[in-house]
Amino acid sequence: MTSTSIIEPQSDIIAATSLKDSRLPLWKQAGAEPFLRIDSITKKFGEFTAVDNISLDIYKNELFCLLGGSGSGKSTLLRMLAGFESPTSGRIIIDGVDMAGIQPWKRPVNMMFQSYALFPHLSVEENVAFGLKREGLDRSEVKQRVAKMLDMVQLGHLGKRKPDQLSGGQRQRVALARSLVKRPKLLLLDEPLGALDKKLREETQFELIRIQEELGVTFVVVTHDQEEAMTLASRIGVMNHGLIVQTAEPHDVYEYPNSRFVAEFIGSVNLFEGVVIEDLPDSVRIDSKDAGAILYVNHGISCAPNQKVHVALRPEKTQISKEKPEQAENCIRGVIEEIAYMGSLSVYRVRLPSGKEVRVTQPNTTRELGARLTWNDEVYLFWDVDSSVVLTS
Amino acid sequence: MSTPTGSAWVEGSGSRLAKYNLLNRISWGRFSVVAVPMLWLAVFFFIPFLVVFKISLSETAIAVPPYTALLDWNVDEAFINLKLNLGNYLFLFEDSFYIDAYLSSIKIASISTVLTLLIAFPIAYMIARSKPTTRALLLSLVILPFWTSFLLRVYAWMGFLKKNGLINEFLLGAGIIDQPLIMLQTDFAVYVGIVYTYLPFMVLPLYSALEKMDITLLEAAEDLGSRPATSFFLITVPLAMPGIIAGCMLVFIPAVGEFVIPALLGGSDTLMIGRVLWDEFFLNRDWPMASAVAVVMLIVLVLPIMFIRNSQGKEETV
Repeated sequence: MTSTSIIEPQSDIIAATSLKDSRLPLWKQAGAEPFLRIDSITKKFGEFTAVDNISLDIYKNELFCLLGGSGSGKSTLLRMLAGFESPTSGRIIIDGVDMAGIQPWKRPVNMMFQSYALFPHLSVEENVAFGLKREGLDRSEVKQRVAKMLDMVQLGHLGKRKPDQLSGGQRQRVALARSLVKRPKLLLLDEPLGALDKKLREETQFELIRIQEELGVTFVVVTHDQEEAMTLASRIGVMNHGLIVQTAEPHDVYEYPNSRFVAEFIGSVNLFEGVVIEDLPDSVRIDSKDAGAILYVNHGISCAPNQKVHVALRPEKTQISKEKPEQAENCIRGVIEEIAYMGSLSVYRVRLPSGKEVRVTQPNTTRELGARLTWNDEVYLFWDVDSSVVLTS
Repeated sequence: MSTPTGSAWVEGSGSRLAKYNLLNRISWGRFSVVAVPMLWLAVFFFIPFLVVFKISLSETAIAVPPYTALLDWNVDEAFINLKLNLGNYLFLFEDSFYIDAYLSSIKIASISTVLTLLIAFPIAYMIARSKPTTRALLLSLVILPFWTSFLLRVYAWMGFLKKNGLINEFLLGAGIIDQPLIMLQTDFAVYVGIVYTYLPFMVLPLYSALEKMDITLLEAAEDLGSRPATSFFLITVPLAMPGIIAGCMLVFIPAVGEFVIPALLGGSDTLMIGRVLWDEFFLNRDWPMASAVAVVMLIVLVLPIMFIRNSQGKEETV
């Protein structure tokens, strides 16, 4: 199965009714109305194209992650959603309303800034109340909503403090409370966990998901951190050079990357270059000099014969053993060059006769497993036929 | 003594120990760093001020120096006469001329401070938001006037403002007016002079406050539903407040005592305390009166400043 499910046009009505199943995410339901529609958006700064003709539909209650390196255009896209930048061409439609010409202060959108951008001269309470006061709500309601929001982020007792009297994690929660208190239809988060240390990040990730589910706000998160994207997102849009290279659920992005870029950007991967020698509807054989073997993949691809392709293989899906395995297919030999013992798992770097280096990770399921293999051991590397993916681009 | 002697002894030794530690802790290097400017202030500000204060309590005399001594030795009767003349101070409050001069000085200084602030703020804002490379150039342009003599610049303004000066010539030539405007020797000219002279003192502290401000704060404010004008008053102005206060003090304090600008640009009815002081000192040769005027001026200036400092300090500790 690939990342997109195709619905035949003639079965549209049946599919629409049968697929409007609450268990199915909205993006898999036919005819579901997107909450945020990004319609062929382009943004140019002079000659430089930061965002290149992106179209994207994001659905209600999604937690969508834009994942990319620096300069991939993800932040520019986010700033266009907030209204700080106006697109060179294309449309942004939020909840059915075209955002063209609508100023940031009139959009039903709030943003949590990477630097948090807390007002240093205002207390925590005043920071959170800032947006509500601009709406002209009466004092008692502002007070009540601020208190409720601060309780939700567990900062009720710190309301009188100034931002510089808070720790990084507390500031992050103030920023989150401030952006949520106006009950935006769409919440934009720019690297929300970037400034936190590892332990705090993990806590906050689950906190974000809890809040998102509790309030039912649609989140768009920008991040360069693939781990953050994997744990947070309902779907991930991987960006590179102003383009969205792949949009899929975290599982699919990891297991079925559609390009070398995505495979390498998310997690680590071993890539074997090769030539297609047998192309059947549901399997392919690839002659790879890198691997020094003929590799067998049990899914079809559409490509020209003799086309150069890459076979992508995740390190944790590769088995390593000194004994010859029973399977004949997808089995190569090499020498262990390096071992990194990391407690729960061990990482092996295996040199193939072709000179290619392969990374293998093995969970240490028993205490002695890690100790059985050592440097300069000749080993067999092998994997299941459905573990690898053929990448044509 | 009701307390047991043992505990008293312990207490006593404790405090002695603390005193010993304190003496040890005073770092002489640090002390001398503070001592040098303190000494400077004592020699060149505090002692001269005491001298002025002393003179203000004496009487005028036709002598050199032109005032009477406070202490009078009477050797025969073994008497020391201390004669303090409070008449100068009483006269300051009796004669409305002096009070008017103080009030007028404060009024002129206040209005010019506000005008300077209004002109300096956009300049400082623009410099703070410009590219780092152009920033250095713009800042040096702000300081550029200091390279010429202050007096020369004030004279140059006379050339601009006088009846057949550049401004009138231009306006007449362009047909905007048919009678030359009277600008020189008016309060208007004094405002122009003060604002022009003190502008850099306002721009620089404002710039340093605005430059520190994070622009994403304004974006955050907009994002939370605040229009740019609202953001300006709710975010930019409060964050620039240290610069605003510093700039206003740097302009207001010297402007109150300003002498050269009102003397050269102001008219005969431009009443400022600096001029009064000069007249008392050099025209009337009434040193005690001039000293009393100076002492009161210092009090008038120092009290509100101390008040502001105090309230600022309190705010910071809260």
